[in-house]
Amino acid sequence: MPMSPAPSLRRQTVVWQGLGVVLAAIVALPILSILAQWGTLGFGERVIWQHLLDTKLDRLAFNTLILLAGVSVMVSVLGISLAWLVSMCQFPGRRFFEWALMLPLAIPGYVMAFVYLALFNYAGPVQTALRNWTGSSAWFPEIQNAGGVILVLSLVLYPYVYMLARTAFLSQGRSMMDAARILGLDSRAAFFKVALPIARPAIAGGLALALMETLADFGAVSVFNFDTFTTAIYTAWYGLFNLTVAAQLASLLLLFVVVALTLEHYSRKQARFHAGGRNQDLRRYQLKGAARWWAVGLCCLILGIAFVVPVAQLLVWVVQTGLVELDTRYLEFLGHTLLLASLAALVTSVLALILGVIKRLPRQGIYSEGKGWTQHSVRLATLGYALPGSVLAVGIMLVFTWLDRGLDRILDVQLLLVGSVFALVLAYVTRFLAVAHAPVEAGLESIRPSMYEAARSLGASPSRVLLQLTIPMLRPGLITAFILVFVDVMKEMPATLIMRPFGWDTLAVRIYSMTAEGQWERAALPALTLLLAGLIPVLMLVKSSAKQAQGSRGQSR
Amino acid sequence: MNRLSLVCSSLLVLLAACSEPESQSVSQPGQTESDAVVAVPASPAVPAPVVVYSSRQEHLIKPLFDRFTAETGIEVQYQTGEEGPLLARLEAEGEATFADVLYTVDAGNLWAAANKGLLAPIQSAVLEANIPAHLQDPANLWFGLSVRARTIVYSTDRVNPAELSTYEALADAKWRGKLCLRTSKKVYNMSLVGTMIERLGEPQTEEIVKGWVANLAAPVFSSDSLLIQAIAAGQCDVGIVNTYYLGQELQKDATLPVALFWANQGSNGVHVNVSGAGITAHAKNPAGAQQLIEWLSTAEPQAMFSELNLEFPATPAVSSVELVQSWGEFQQDTLNVEAAGRNQAAAVMLMDRAGYQ
Repeated sequence: MPMSPAPSLRRQTVVWQGLGVVLAAIVALPILSILAQWGTLGFGERVIWQHLLDTKLDRLAFNTLILLAGVSVMVSVLGISLAWLVSMCQFPGRRFFEWALMLPLAIPGYVMAFVYLALFNYAGPVQTALRNWTGSSAWFPEIQNAGGVILVLSLVLYPYVYMLARTAFLSQGRSMMDAARILGLDSRAAFFKVALPIARPAIAGGLALALMETLADFGAVSVFNFDTFTTAIYTAWYGLFNLTVAAQLASLLLLFVVVALTLEHYSRKQARFHAGGRNQDLRRYQLKGAARWWAVGLCCLILGIAFVVPVAQLLVWVVQTGLVELDTRYLEFLGHTLLLASLAALVTSVLALILGVIKRLPRQGIYSEGKGWTQHSVRLATLGYALPGSVLAVGIMLVFTWLDRGLDRILDVQLLLVGSVFALVLAYVTRFLAVAHAPVEAGLESIRPSMYEAARSLGASPSRVLLQLTIPMLRPGLITAFILVFVDVMKEMPATLIMRPFGWDTLAVRIYSMTAEGQWERAALPALTLLLAGLIPVLMLVKSSAKQAQGSRGQSR
Repeated sequence: MNRLSLVCSSLLVLLAACSEPESQSVSQPGQTESDAVVAVPASPAVPAPVVVYSSRQEHLIKPLFDRFTAETGIEVQYQTGEEGPLLARLEAEGEATFADVLYTVDAGNLWAAANKGLLAPIQSAVLEANIPAHLQDPANLWFGLSVRARTIVYSTDRVNPAELSTYEALADAKWRGKLCLRTSKKVYNMSLVGTMIERLGEPQTEEIVKGWVANLAAPVFSSDSLLIQAIAAGQCDVGIVNTYYLGQELQKDATLPVALFWANQGSNGVHVNVSGAGITAHAKNPAGAQQLIEWLSTAEPQAMFSELNLEFPATPAVSSVELVQSWGEFQQDTLNVEAAGRNQAAAVMLMDRAGYQ
């Protein structure tokens, strides 16, 4: 039974909610400064808008929708099926695949794109070999189209769904499935009617991340020269020199996201999905006979095309171009990359935790997600992920130069913030808050409100609830959040390029300077180094989840 | 949980450690500069550094700046990045900017910077003497420092160079299904079409671009290198590229069956573009900035441009690189490259209308 809170506690709650709104607003400022560009709609802007409407806006919107649809289907199928296999079934190599299947996350989309284009274009090795053997490669499918881009983006984005779904399946364990089976459902029905719906918040979170990144992607689509909304943003900016229209177009991307999130929200209606607390039973289904080899084959296939092939091609390029590139500065690039990534990942995950908890502070003693200011500001603050990096970077720069001018007036100091590590980390937080928010939210969602109520009614203070209940239960989600942001920051290029302090070159900056003129082979070395660095957090996750599994097995005994 | 707190605490240590070099590197350009205001008259032996914002790649500018520092003792600090965001940053920073020099690729970007009032005019007898008139801004806001020529390449297996003449002639129906182009989203093509608009007017240029699109053998390419490889592999017969990309491919494989044809030699000459630099409107070290830009127009760095990226010197001097020499002398378009920037927006819209993706 909900207790009526003491007045001091209610005051505390208000203070915390105020803090949540302020934090979210800081993160949302750059996004607001992009939206504010709608304030300018002069003659030049109107001419460009008319031109876009006359020539290509419909085609671009259509292409973008096709891309979103294709990527959602493919990342869902890949992510959910692989997550189910490695978390609920037992087959040879399962423990290896469990972590190896996360590896494609460390490959930047544009790297995957140029590797696949180089391999499979007309002049590439595959089609050349076909022509040498059979005399023609005319039947070979054109890859510079929607299908090619969908494939490439799905290969780098499925790990979002995979990681979140895996955490969800692990935490629901087998007891739910067993209960469903006992109640008479066959295994397929049990999966679709019980396991999948319970994992739905997590899967939707992962899918939303994949789609937002698809919307914001400029690298992969430009390698494939596939025109989307994002390419129009850059044409308006770089070609027509009109940053205002570029920002206005970018803000329309947010519209796609808001519509998608609203659809998901309404289709979920009032349903709440809480797993039964800590996973009690980790016995996996033993796959037998052909099934086990199908499982091994599927994992091998995906790992092969999403990781082994690109890495092999990068290795070949590194060998071809020689190691002349490699010098002591690579240590510096690596150092900067890791430092920025860990800083940003830490700040972003902690912020996501704070916002998630504040969102769920009890109202009148009842723990439930309300619809107040905190909720709206958090939603706004997590939209940054759908904005192309350089557009968002300009928004951040506008905010910071504005702050700098103010500081200059008060303290007589020039440009403290723009070009500082602080500003760059804030840029990352704005861009990647959604990435940390999704796993943290999924974790919070699965904690039964009754557990808070039980803890509170037993006399635990709110801080004790946070430290001894929420955080321990959220651990897998927090670690996933940290790793996702870490890897995303490592790969991030546009904001790093424009906002990095003098001399702070990272591996992604190095890749940019090699690929800017189309010399992809020379970008192989920094790309490979980036991949190796991406292994670090993945291995951390492996160790921690192995420990966690051991822990819960010990508990169930 | 204790692992997590371990990670947190170790990161806090890192954070503390990194805030030190951070404050150093942020304040460095400004601070040394403000020191210099006081220090330079007293001790001219320690000149103030020059801060460059550059969209030219690091490996192409660093050797030049290193040489400059070795010869003059002036340190060069640079920030590389994409043109659009760099210009946006310069604009946002306004008077507070650390940048003394904007060094960018393509006349369109230089024109945009000049148009936004981000550059200050340069009065320099050295630059006027070294850089031809058509490679500099009419108001002296920027000067071209290296020349990039965009011309026709063809398959030596399937094309007789006698069939080739001009960019415009590639719109002829005889090239149906044989032409390869790079995407219209690359500024090189915007500049080429921009100069065509200046000379031929929009209606005629649009007809030509439509002709090109009708002749395409394959979807447009995202890089010149891929285009050259496609000609070598037989996907198409002719294309339009910047010469140094062909140079790079030939350095990888000297037997590549692709050759260069100097376009429009009977008429207005080969389309050229520049990489160039200007002094920022709010430069803190304009004297050092001018010294750097003037130095880049002299013989030694001009030769380095060619060695580093197979481009052509902006001065009338000849490239020192054998491969570049082997392409022979050519007549270049002497229309001021500023026209490409001025017409760029019109060119982009025209290519959209013509269906050139």
